[in-house]
Amino acid sequence: MPKSGQGTKGPMERRTLLQREETRELFIPVVAVALALVLGAVLVKLGGKSPVAAYSALVRGAFGGVGNLAETLINVTPLIFTGLAVAFSFRCGLFNIGAEGQLIMGQVASAWVGFALTGLPAFVHMPLALVAGVAAGAAWGAVPGYLKARLGVHEVINTIMMNYIALYLSHYLVIGPLKAPGPLPVTPTIAPAARLWRFLPPTRLHLGVVLAVAAVWLVYYVLFRTTLGYEIRAVGQNPEAARYGGISVRRNIVLAMVISGGLAGAAGAVQVLGLQYKFLDIFSFTGYGFDGIAVALLGRNHPLGVLAAACLFGTLARGAILMQSIARIPKEIIGIVQATIVLFVAADEIIRRFIAPRRKAAPAAAAQAALNGVEGGADHGA
Amino acid sequence: MVEMRGITVTFPGVVANDNVSIDVYPGEILALLGENGAGKTTLMNVLYGLYRPDRGEIRVRGKPVSIRDPNDAIRLGLGMVHQHFMLIPPFTVAENIVLGTEPVGAGGVLDMARAVRDVKDLSAKYGLAVDPGARVENISVGMQQRVEILKALYRGAEVLILDEPTAVLTPQEVDELAGIMRNLASQGKAIIFITHKLKEVMAISDRVTVLRRGKVVGTVPTRETTPEDLARMMVGRDVVLSVEKGPARTGDVVLRVEDIHVKSARGLPALRGVSFEVRAGEIVGIAGIEGNGQSELVEALTGLRKVSSGRISVGGIDITNRPPRDVITKGVGHIPEDRQRRGLVLNFSIAENLILERYHRPPFARGINLDFRAVRGYARKLISEFDVRTPSENVRVGALSGGNQQKVVVARELSLGPRLLIASQPTRGLDVGAIEFVHRRLVSQRDEGKAILLVSLELDEIMSLSDRILVLYEGRIVGSMKAEEATEQEIGFLMAGGRRGPAADAEMEAQAGMRAGGERDAKVGAGHEGAHGTAHLVAT
Ligand SMILES: Nc1ncnc2c1ncn2[C@@H]1O[C@H](COP(=O)(O)OP(=O)(O)OP(=O)(O)O)[C@@H](O)[C@H]1O
Ligand SMILES: [Mg+2]
Repeated sequence: MPKSGQGTKGPMERRTLLQREETRELFIPVVAVALALVLGAVLVKLGGKSPVAAYSALVRGAFGGVGNLAETLINVTPLIFTGLAVAFSFRCGLFNIGAEGQLIMGQVASAWVGFALTGLPAFVHMPLALVAGVAAGAAWGAVPGYLKARLGVHEVINTIMMNYIALYLSHYLVIGPLKAPGPLPVTPTIAPAARLWRFLPPTRLHLGVVLAVAAVWLVYYVLFRTTLGYEIRAVGQNPEAARYGGISVRRNIVLAMVISGGLAGAAGAVQVLGLQYKFLDIFSFTGYGFDGIAVALLGRNHPLGVLAAACLFGTLARGAILMQSIARIPKEIIGIVQATIVLFVAADEIIRRFIAPRRKAAPAAAAQAALNGVEGGADHGA
Repeated sequence: MVEMRGITVTFPGVVANDNVSIDVYPGEILALLGENGAGKTTLMNVLYGLYRPDRGEIRVRGKPVSIRDPNDAIRLGLGMVHQHFMLIPPFTVAENIVLGTEPVGAGGVLDMARAVRDVKDLSAKYGLAVDPGARVENISVGMQQRVEILKALYRGAEVLILDEPTAVLTPQEVDELAGIMRNLASQGKAIIFITHKLKEVMAISDRVTVLRRGKVVGTVPTRETTPEDLARMMVGRDVVLSVEKGPARTGDVVLRVEDIHVKSARGLPALRGVSFEVRAGEIVGIAGIEGNGQSELVEALTGLRKVSSGRISVGGIDITNRPPRDVITKGVGHIPEDRQRRGLVLNFSIAENLILERYHRPPFARGINLDFRAVRGYARKLISEFDVRTPSENVRVGALSGGNQQKVVVARELSLGPRLLIASQPTRGLDVGAIEFVHRRLVSQRDEGKAILLVSLELDEIMSLSDRILVLYEGRIVGSMKAEEATEQEIGFLMAGGRRGPAADAEMEAQAGMRAGGERDAKVGAGHEGAHGTAHLVAT
């Protein structure tokens, strides 16, 4: 370290760049991803394989040819929805761990509306089935939202419990009332009129991906352009100030959970209506809901960030399979990479402290964050 | 002991410190004075290793040093007490003081007995009485500050930085703090303290360094200067340090409070039968020592806290236990006592904060959409009108200096044009120029026929702004007088729980009225009219 503050030109320029808000928001996630990929490479190397071969297999697996690309996008689609769901609730200061359960309910509801109604034209049936999935997810989110708003029960506990209720309820429905004839625990196949258009045959790529991108825009718009978004963000940032300003904290908590649940429900809906065409008994969670948490975290709870993070996670998941079959490298390596990304992003202090060049604003922000935790409000100045 | 030379710190769009040099010697108290946003906090954060300067040099005991984080600062014998304390409320005083540098006994176990002993020794040595076993959440703000100072001393601080330490203290606590500071200085510590109160600068400091817009205007020995000179140095013009106002022309009753009872957050009675009125065109000041029910009163009036009995009306309309938005729509503005906890969303921009109560109404709301053009335009107007020092309306409020944050709150509430303004500590953290401005605005609101309820811990402010003064003590109004007839002694006496003359009589009658009134609200109201009338008689 040179004498205090006798900054040379280089670091100063870098600092000004890093001081820009957007750069700062991007910085940590990008570094986290890069570090995690390096770690993955090291692990591959330790396993006696070539990291270059591994990653090139991964890239080919994800992007090589229209077919792979389509499958990758199919992977990305539900992650966008669940990532948005978690991010939306985060913006209101809520941690929706229940995207998984909301997604399951979305699947069940969409499947049911999809097969139970017949003879409807596609332009009615498909939206109806979609709406049913969204509504079911929303209802599943509303319960913990209501409990939080009314009774102050922590949403983390309730959303987790709702996940299990959804899991076992769906299990019951698919071996009972909604079961298709035959030995398997599945619902009947949905009517063709309820299916999402597969617009790139012979691939399975379906309209869901378009809907997902539309949802990104919609969430962005709601959060940052509407009075509702203003309220939700105010409640998330400082509920006490929101209340003081005349905003109903309770109402926004319920609403945020309803919308969040709806988005997760949409993830389930597009899986059923675009891909599976039925609901099959799931004996354990799909994982999309939980991955949504990681996606939201990496995407910094910003819709565009969620889009990027979902693409990354979807790509990694898809590429890992090919990496395993072509380069004979266990796909669990990619699981480790993903987990590392989450770790680095969640514990961004690690990056701040050891990797990022020192910046003035960062320590202050950290001090403030620490203080926020303790007192719920900090003055950088005063 | 400490020298800062040519310190320059820039933030996007602002030069917070521009080639600033200061020094402080052992045994000396240096006051740092300057307008809001002049760069005082930034300079101290640089010294404490929270910010890195773009240029400049720091020397401690003559040696150039590099302070990269607070740990470096602590090692060099620097200690800082932030305006917003960094204590852990459920921990005890001793635990908080030793936190991070805990004495460890055999087997790496925390040696609490020794910690308590150390704390006792330290507090005896510097004359800072504290109860090591008390939980921080249960002690007064003044005590918490002592704990912060002890924490710094425990870490071996030879240089103590105090950022606006008196902003949250009662006058008595300020006197005590002054004593502590002088005592520390006499033991060879160097102290740098930031304040906006010229009286304190004159009473406590040995030298004063004045900053303006990031630059040092000058450093003068306190003995050779006057408050007027200092104010001029700070602001660059003459400042009227007293409030100019004509007699009040009062109109109809705007706020009527009838025998309200309110519980505190901990469920204890905080207000025990408070009744009073505020009329259009007058400023009513509530005096009292912190914790005598002021916060609960303000919260009850603004719909933020439930009233367990009694009635509140604004302009004849009952607003008892109505939600905050209803109260706002009835024309009640509220400058909250704590701008950070309640008044602002720190991560929102200035523009977003300025519409906190009216984002849902035109011209800011259009259907479900927010019209950001309108929002920003409005913000730019208020920023220039209220002289908020910022490069743009899109800056995060949290990045503003403390005083400028306060200006945002004041600007928002005053521009609501409320028929009743409840102003709690409206000038907390403001510089003299800004205080003058806010006081003038409050008086002009009054003259426009608005009703103003002023709650302040600062007796000076209450005395100089109010037309009528009510004294709150243990949840009751124990005194009510015309401002021009009030003396500081009398109010101080009442604030401390003393009783005297008609005020005490009124209060006793009020209690009698309450007993006679029974439980039913209507009856309480009726049975109370007499007592209330008496109180008012005293008042007018
Ligand atoms: N973290 C930050 N990011 C951006 N700007 C900042 C930051 N901290 C301070 N500033 C700016 O630097 C300037 C100086 O702020 P500082 O807090 O040092 O003022 P101050 O003298 O302490 O004022 P006050 O008396 O109001 O507390 C202000 O214009 C402020 O907006
Ligand atoms: Mg400051």
